[in-house]
Amino acid sequence: MHTPDSLRFVRSHEWASAPDDGVVTVGISDFAQDQLGDVVFVELPDVGRQVAAGEAIAVVESVKTASDIYAPLAGEVVAVNEALEDAPETINTEPYEGGWLFKLRVEDPAAWDGLLDAAGYEAVAEAD
Amino acid sequence: MQRTPLYQAHEALGARIVDFAGWAMPIQYPSGINHEHLAVRQDVGVFDVSHMGELRVRGADATAFLRWSTLNDAGKLRVGRGQYSMLPNDQGGLVDDLYLYRDADDDFLVVANAGNVDVVDGHLRRLSEGFDVVIEDESERWALIAIQGPGAALLLERLSSSDLAAVRKNQTVDVHIGGCPVRLARTGYTGEDGFEAFIAPADAVAVWDLVVEAGAAPCGLGARDTLRLEAGFPLYGHELGPDTNPLATPFAWVVKDKPFFGREAMWGVEPDKRLVGLRLDGRGIARQGYEVIDERGTPLGEVTSGTLSPLTREAIAMAWVRSNHAEPGSVLQVLIRGQAVRSTVVVPPFYGR
Repeated sequence: MHTPDSLRFVRSHEWASAPDDGVVTVGISDFAQDQLGDVVFVELPDVGRQVAAGEAIAVVESVKTASDIYAPLAGEVVAVNEALEDAPETINTEPYEGGWLFKLRVEDPAAWDGLLDAAGYEAVAEAD
Repeated sequence: MQRTPLYQAHEALGARIVDFAGWAMPIQYPSGINHEHLAVRQDVGVFDVSHMGELRVRGADATAFLRWSTLNDAGKLRVGRGQYSMLPNDQGGLVDDLYLYRDADDDFLVVANAGNVDVVDGHLRRLSEGFDVVIEDESERWALIAIQGPGAALLLERLSSSDLAAVRKNQTVDVHIGGCPVRLARTGYTGEDGFEAFIAPADAVAVWDLVVEAGAAPCGLGARDTLRLEAGFPLYGHELGPDTNPLATPFAWVVKDKPFFGREAMWGVEPDKRLVGLRLDGRGIARQGYEVIDERGTPLGEVTSGTLSPLTREAIAMAWVRSNHAEPGSVLQVLIRGQAVRSTVVVPPFYGR
C-alpha cells in the first residue's frame, strides 16, 4: 500500500491534499483503488455544489460494484477531473496524481490538520 | 468457509479471496477482471469451479426419474454427453439450474450450484419416492476446473497428448494430464469454446499448475460473472429463482413438452413478465436491484445483473420487465441513483460471435 505523507485521509478511503489558498484536491487511496479493482465508470459532482463533510458527492464504479465517494471536508466544488470520464482507469494507475476526482474550496482549512495522517490511515485500512 | 483443493494455489497467485456461498473463492487475480475477461475472449483462461456440487443419480429408474424431476429431456441424453437442464418446483419456478452428464444408461452425474447442493439433494430425494434410484452426494470426490477460450482445445491437446478435434460440444472424453486421470466435458459458462475438467481432489493442484504453466490466465469469479453475462447466460439467484418461470426467459428451449414435476404451475401460463437483455444508451451502469421504468415513471421491472462489458465497453444488463415492454428494440429507462437512463431491449449475447 502506497500512502504519501503529504496527504491527509478519512476512514472512507478518500485523500485530501494540503489546502492551497483554501483549495484541497480529493481522490481515493491506493488501498481503495486496489480493493475496488478495475475502475470502469466515474460520476462526478457539479462544479459549484456546496457539500458537508462526510456527504456522498461522487460515485466510482468497478466492474463488480458501485462505491460512493464522500467529501472529506465541507466546502464548495470548484473543479472536477473530467479526464476521468474517458479514462476512469487512471484512478487505478495514478490514485494520487492523474486519478484525482475533484477540488474543494474548504470552509475551514484548519480542519485538514484534524484528518488522519498517512500512518493513522494505514492502521485504519489494515484493520478493514 | 469451505476451501477447494486449489485454495493455496490461488493464494500463491495473489488472488483476492471472497466468501461465495460459503466457499473461500478467488474473485480476481492481480491482473484484474478486465484482463482475465479478455484473456478468455481472445486466448485461454482457467477457473476453479470446484465449489460446484455433484450428485450421482443411478438405478434402474434413473432416466425416468430425471425425465420427471428436470425440465430438459434426460431420456434424449446419450451416454458420454452433457445437457443443460433446470429443476422445477411446484410453483412454476426453479429450485436450481443444472448440468446433467450421462455416464451409463442408468447412471447420471448432476452438477448443481455451490449454494444449492443440499437443497437440490433434498428436493431430488423427496421426489425419488417410488423410483428405483440411489442419490449420492459426490461433491467431495471432484475438483472441477474450467479451461475456456479459443485457445483451450489446443492447450489441452498439448497437455494430454490427445486429439480433441472430434470431441463435440457437450461431449465428454477421458484423458491424462501429467499422469492424472481427467474427464473433460466440452462445455462452459463463458460463451467461448472450452472444457470443464473433473479431477480427483488430490490431483487438482498438479493439473491446475500444468494448465497455468501452459499459458492459461488464472481467472476468478469476477471474470466468470462478466463473461457469462456478456454471453447472456443466467445465474441462479439473479435471473433465475423460485418465482421465475423459465418459459418467460430466453432459455425456454430447455423446457421440453413432456410430463414433469410442477408442470401445471408452469406450462401454458401467460407470463406477465419476461427476462430480457438491456443495452444502456445513456451514461451509467445498471446493477442488480435497480428499477426499470417507462418514460412516465411507471414501474416495469428490475435489473437482475449488470456490468460494463469489458469487450464492447457498453453497459449491459439483464432484467425482468413487463411482457408488453419485452420486445427487442423496446426503449425503457433504468433508474440509476435517481436518474432515468435510456436503455434498449436487445437479444443476448451482447457481443458479436
